[in-house]
Amino acid sequence: MIRFLLKGLIRDRHRSLLPIIVTALGVMLTVVFHSWLTGVLGDSIEYNARFASGHVKAMTPAYHSNMQQMPNDLAILGAGQMMDSLQVLYPFMDWVERIHFAGLIDVPDENGETRIQGNALGLGIDLLSPTSQETERLNLQQSLRTGNLPARPGEALMSHEFSAKLGIKTGDVFTLIGSTMYRELAVYNFTLSGTVEFGTTALDRGSVIVDLQDARFALNMEDAAGEILGFNVSGYFDEEMTGQVINEFNSRFYDTEDIFSTMMISLRDQNNMGTFLDYSTKLIGLLLVIFITAMSIILWNAGLLGGLRRYGEFGMRLAIGEEKNHVYRTMIYESLIIGILGSVGGVFLGMLIASYLQKNGIDLGIMMKNATILIPSVFHARITSQTWYIGFIPGVFSALIGTMLAGIGIYKRQTARLIKELQA
Amino acid sequence: MKKLILTFPFMVYSLMFSAQVPDGKEIMRRIDQNMSSENRSFTSKMIIHSIRSSRTLESRTWTRGEENSFTEYLFPVREQGTKMLKLENQLWIYSPTTDRTLQITGHMLRQAVMGSDMSYEDLMEDTKLLNHYNAAVTGSEKVGDDDCWVLELTAFDPEVTYQGKKLWVDKIRHIPLKEELFAKSGTLLKRTELSNITNIDGRWYPKKIVFKDMLQDGEGTEFIIEEIQFNIDIPDHVFSKGSLKK
Repeated sequence: MIRFLLKGLIRDRHRSLLPIIVTALGVMLTVVFHSWLTGVLGDSIEYNARFASGHVKAMTPAYHSNMQQMPNDLAILGAGQMMDSLQVLYPFMDWVERIHFAGLIDVPDENGETRIQGNALGLGIDLLSPTSQETERLNLQQSLRTGNLPARPGEALMSHEFSAKLGIKTGDVFTLIGSTMYRELAVYNFTLSGTVEFGTTALDRGSVIVDLQDARFALNMEDAAGEILGFNVSGYFDEEMTGQVINEFNSRFYDTEDIFSTMMISLRDQNNMGTFLDYSTKLIGLLLVIFITAMSIILWNAGLLGGLRRYGEFGMRLAIGEEKNHVYRTMIYESLIIGILGSVGGVFLGMLIASYLQKNGIDLGIMMKNATILIPSVFHARITSQTWYIGFIPGVFSALIGTMLAGIGIYKRQTARLIKELQA
Repeated sequence: MKKLILTFPFMVYSLMFSAQVPDGKEIMRRIDQNMSSENRSFTSKMIIHSIRSSRTLESRTWTRGEENSFTEYLFPVREQGTKMLKLENQLWIYSPTTDRTLQITGHMLRQAVMGSDMSYEDLMEDTKLLNHYNAAVTGSEKVGDDDCWVLELTAFDPEVTYQGKKLWVDKIRHIPLKEELFAKSGTLLKRTELSNITNIDGRWYPKKIVFKDMLQDGEGTEFIIEEIQFNIDIPDHVFSKGSLKK
């Protein structure tokens, strides 16, 4: 019977083409919408994670209490040993040391005297190790506006806007004046290797990015790190997994009585990211419910109209003696076939678009120009396991339910009136 | 009549106290005689006790009056050759590792030196109390075994770093043994304890001062004078920018 129904659907395009296109479009939109929303909110979270919070962060409790002030005098000592332990205990995460610092950038004139100064926020990351993934993690190559990434010790990157404000260009030497781990005066020369633009005011206003070892030398932080960040190797925050890592780590290393022991916190415990995560999860859920409901109504309506449009055909089939149950069943099967074909097509098309958006993203930098929080300028879609079925289920069942409702009318038809209807 | 009888002993005591108490200005003059000089040169050790560790820095300083000062760091190796020159309210720091001379002005002068509890002004100034403060003697207390006058100072110079001071001044040697230093708002900024009072060329001088910045977490900074000379000839070129890179 399925073969018979398929032949009917293929031969009568009024019964198949439009419903399949409507279903496919609805499913496609749902797939793209879901992956886009998940991606945009995920990008914002991941952007924060990559630049500031990590998926998890280890530090001393004393540092944690004053984290906004970047108190390197309270940094983790023996960071190398801690890194070794983390890599052995939790090999499924990437561990990186970071040093955040604030300071004054002093640009000399031709006589070596101060020409101009500006306040900077610095970040020390592992730029020079061959195995380091920090360059990719912070998207530095793509963010380069001029020059090159640091290739040797003593080289630094600066935000393009900041370098323009200070009037320095690639190859120029500038001096960092700051405070060492022991609160001494830190004075260290860097050569500008390149300028970067992230499209975020918070980063573009006055950032300086240097190699971790240079930061250590400049700030007298031998074998110390302000923070150790952990990233899930999948690249995305996994709350359950990180929760287990945090509990295990804290039971092993965190001593509540010792402000210089090492504690670990989650991404959600930093910068109000917990609220943002909860809010984004609820927002995705709410938007999807609204969207899927609207799409379901459209598909349901399509099924309903499809059923009603064939009112005469059903009358004819009943008049020539076909069983009401049989007519109803064939209608349901047809709808199911249309729903499946439309949904498969919709998922396929939606996945194509979502894959493109996941890979290439959309640059919304102009809209983010004045953003003062860490938010990316290029947003990507993100395909999750949910994306595969989020559109498929309403695609199949909405039209089916619509058809089922429309088909109820079959049972209300009186055989005696059918001839009159056909004559009319 | 009854009131008069009751208050009479207090009046007598107050009169006796004021008769024995020297004038605040006179105490300040005597402190200045001990602590200040036209110029001086000293080698010092600064032991900084932070909440995690202690570090020692050694330096040699030359000062002339209240305005000019030159310091060269001798230890540790990381700081060796770092020089600081203060001329009036401007400060230059020379960093040998970068071969840069940096100027520090204004409020930066009140920042901590090398992570210690002392500011650049604390380290490099030789402020005469009489030139900046009015004083009132408010009592008499013991600091350790030494009898001290309690002196409350109020700055009449709005530019001076500490707008209020409370000193416990040794009655015999006329040297403060304890100080509390206040901001204009009345906030306690620092506490100092002066000890190892030594007679040098006829003046009493503390060879050890413990500074505690009340706004920082650390355990205080010991400033120990290892060698000091007063009123010596210091060539003019010492207090010039040229001496920074020498």
